[in-house]
Amino acid sequence: MSEATQPPAILARTIAKVSPTAAAQPVVDVPTPTDTHAQPIVQVKDLCLFYGRSQALKSITIDFPRNQVTALIGPSGCGKSTLLRCLNRMNDLIDDISTTGSILVDGQEILDRGTDVIELRRRVGMVFQKPTPFAKSIYENVAYGLRIAGMRDRRTLDEAVEKSLRRAALWDEVKDRLRQSALGLSGGQHQRLCIARAVAVNPEIILMDEPCSALDPRSTSRVEDLIGELREDFTIIIVTHNMLQAARVSDQTAFLYEGVLIEFRPTQALFTCPAKKETEDYLTGRFG
Amino acid sequence: MVWVAGGGLAAVLLGALILIVVILSNGLVVFWPAPIEQVRLDDGTQILGRRINSENSIGRGLQVRFKTANREFDSQRQDFHWVADDKIASTDLPAECVVLERLANGDFYGFVKEIKSPGLDVKQSGDPFHQLQDALRSMDLHKTEELDPLLRRIEGKTDELNAVKLSRLKGEYRQKQLRNSASHDEKAATALEGNIAELKAVAGELQKDSERLVNQRSKVEESLRQNLAIVLDAQGASRSIALMDVIRVYRPNSMNILAKASHYAAKVWELLTTPPREANTEGGVLPAIFGTVALVLLMAVLSFPLGVLAGVYLGEYARDGFLVRLVRIGVNNLAGIPSIVYGIFGVGFFINSLGHAIDEQFYAYRLAEGRVFHGGGVLWAALTLGILTVPVVIVATEEAIRVIPRGVRESSYALGSTKFQTLIRVLLPLASPGIMTGFILAMARAAGEVAPLMLTGVVSTAGTVPLDGRFPYLHLERQFLHLGFQIYTVAFQTPNSEAARPMVYVITLLLVLIVLLLSGMAILLRNRMRKQLQIKTI
Repeated sequence: MSEATQPPAILARTIAKVSPTAAAQPVVDVPTPTDTHAQPIVQVKDLCLFYGRSQALKSITIDFPRNQVTALIGPSGCGKSTLLRCLNRMNDLIDDISTTGSILVDGQEILDRGTDVIELRRRVGMVFQKPTPFAKSIYENVAYGLRIAGMRDRRTLDEAVEKSLRRAALWDEVKDRLRQSALGLSGGQHQRLCIARAVAVNPEIILMDEPCSALDPRSTSRVEDLIGELREDFTIIIVTHNMLQAARVSDQTAFLYEGVLIEFRPTQALFTCPAKKETEDYLTGRFG
Repeated sequence: MVWVAGGGLAAVLLGALILIVVILSNGLVVFWPAPIEQVRLDDGTQILGRRINSENSIGRGLQVRFKTANREFDSQRQDFHWVADDKIASTDLPAECVVLERLANGDFYGFVKEIKSPGLDVKQSGDPFHQLQDALRSMDLHKTEELDPLLRRIEGKTDELNAVKLSRLKGEYRQKQLRNSASHDEKAATALEGNIAELKAVAGELQKDSERLVNQRSKVEESLRQNLAIVLDAQGASRSIALMDVIRVYRPNSMNILAKASHYAAKVWELLTTPPREANTEGGVLPAIFGTVALVLLMAVLSFPLGVLAGVYLGEYARDGFLVRLVRIGVNNLAGIPSIVYGIFGVGFFINSLGHAIDEQFYAYRLAEGRVFHGGGVLWAALTLGILTVPVVIVATEEAIRVIPRGVRESSYALGSTKFQTLIRVLLPLASPGIMTGFILAMARAAGEVAPLMLTGVVSTAGTVPLDGRFPYLHLERQFLHLGFQIYTVAFQTPNSEAARPMVYVITLLLVLIVLLLSGMAILLRNRMRKQLQIKTI
């Protein structure tokens, strides 16, 4: 991640005091993605989220188009990861969180109490900031999602593992040592393994929470290439601190600031002529 | 500062090193056949013995201590004698000097004169020492052929007798119950009468058989006891020793290194495979080795799963509130309670409450013949050790689970797994080396613990061990021997503690080795787990 393009958190807080406009405005511009004809796969409406008493997301309304890559950008603490984690109810694991509003995945409400979270998470996979291989063999890591879903058939598993590893561009590197511990791989391989693991359960959506921030530049570019290939089969929503990365890999970009969605437009448009002053300030690293 | 810190470490290492050197140097030489000196004093008396140590006492000059053995022939019944160094006129190492290891009264040092063995197959010519060896070999043969089958049959009769007695007691108890019950079923009670009478008759028969066998045994023993070795002691007095009582004979002054080594190996084998003799100061320690290992393994089986479950709950399920913090502090402090307190708890809770209840419930009919579980036993000792070591396992498990990064859990949940699946398939494998570390610490502590055992069932001499060929083979209610307790009893509770000292070193060495072996195996297991996980840190 490049430090130059990212404002330090302390700066972001100072801006909040200088320009109260962002916080004061309830809902900012929600530009409809006119150039994409796809039906939105995720529809977020009026989503508010509270950590105890402090509000982290303020009335977010956003539609994520199908089979495209959407990037979420914004300064640290703006709520982009929080928003991402709402989409597969990962925030359930943290105590003291409450949400209001609605999130529809394929037209189905997922914030209901009765939602089958296990089923939801199979449809909405996730890749985390730090690679988290399990203490198992490479094969078992990839097969994990299928096994816990009750898949026992050896051949199906073999096929799924190979297909997923190929999709994650890892097959050629590990095909001779599938039975060895995954912990012996390198950092970049770990992250691709985690992508293969997420792909193996064949989700509709893959959430990526800063997937390259712990990787070196070479591994980063491999993962970025991979995202480009995966968009054909999956909807990808990626949180990133690296605006160049957002520009490289995404079709749409949403800019969040202080828990508010400021601007959501096609990536090129947003980067070349931002409609909002906050966006422009953030992109240029020049605030106020 | 670096010098102070380094000095501290050096002091600790030095202390440990000295301890190890003392144990090794004293423990390893015990079975090596040391030479026997024939010492002539100024006043003409002669001494035959092994030089043990010397001491410079003020006013009396250098004093040398000899182990002279021949306890029962000594005027003071002593194995050891002090001799003033300046009174020694001459010493030499007579090649013909023999050591007789005996079943009672310790060793005999002297010279072989002749063999009187009417019942044995011994050549009447040749060197008396070789005659003696022949006679002993022949004696062994007679023992295994004539005496051992008899002993086994007597044992079998005793078992049968016990079984019959228990059935009779059961019958009598049932009868009493029937008569005292509200319905007062006199008819059923009388029906049992015949049964009981029959059992009594069988017991009488068995008793007679047993007595006959015992008589037979004493006759055989008496005839074997006729075989004597006539030996001369240091003063030249002739003594006769029954060959029955001699275990081994050797001439330490004329053995070459090979003979000494094979003698050493035979003694080590005897140590590991035979029960003790002469108030634990001679013979082997097999029952104590068995008791120690069985106790530790039983403890591990009983407490390890409990500790892991408790650790998992604290680390994974419990919410970090006031109560959990209180529990955690409590668990950590459990390790600081003196172990004797656990022993007292074991007596109060396990023996007097649980054991008493079990006896009342299941063994009421035989309580007149003695308690079963309401008394010290290997089960209660293992449970007591279990609660003593379980905090270590809990803390290690909790710690090992808590240090797993949140991302690993979330990755598992993100793939659609439940909390239980995540725990079993992801968290426990990652935590297993850490859990094993706690297990190793717990085992090492349990193997060395003696104080709580003294209250909950360890004994210095046991007629029975908790394992034998009789159903149900493993007798958890029985008392047991333990190497740690053996050290204490042999060193401080035997009448002849001086003669027992070598045994103390040997047992200490053995206990240290067993603890090393047990934790070594656990460490190997942990390293294999780590290798599978390819975790490179230690």
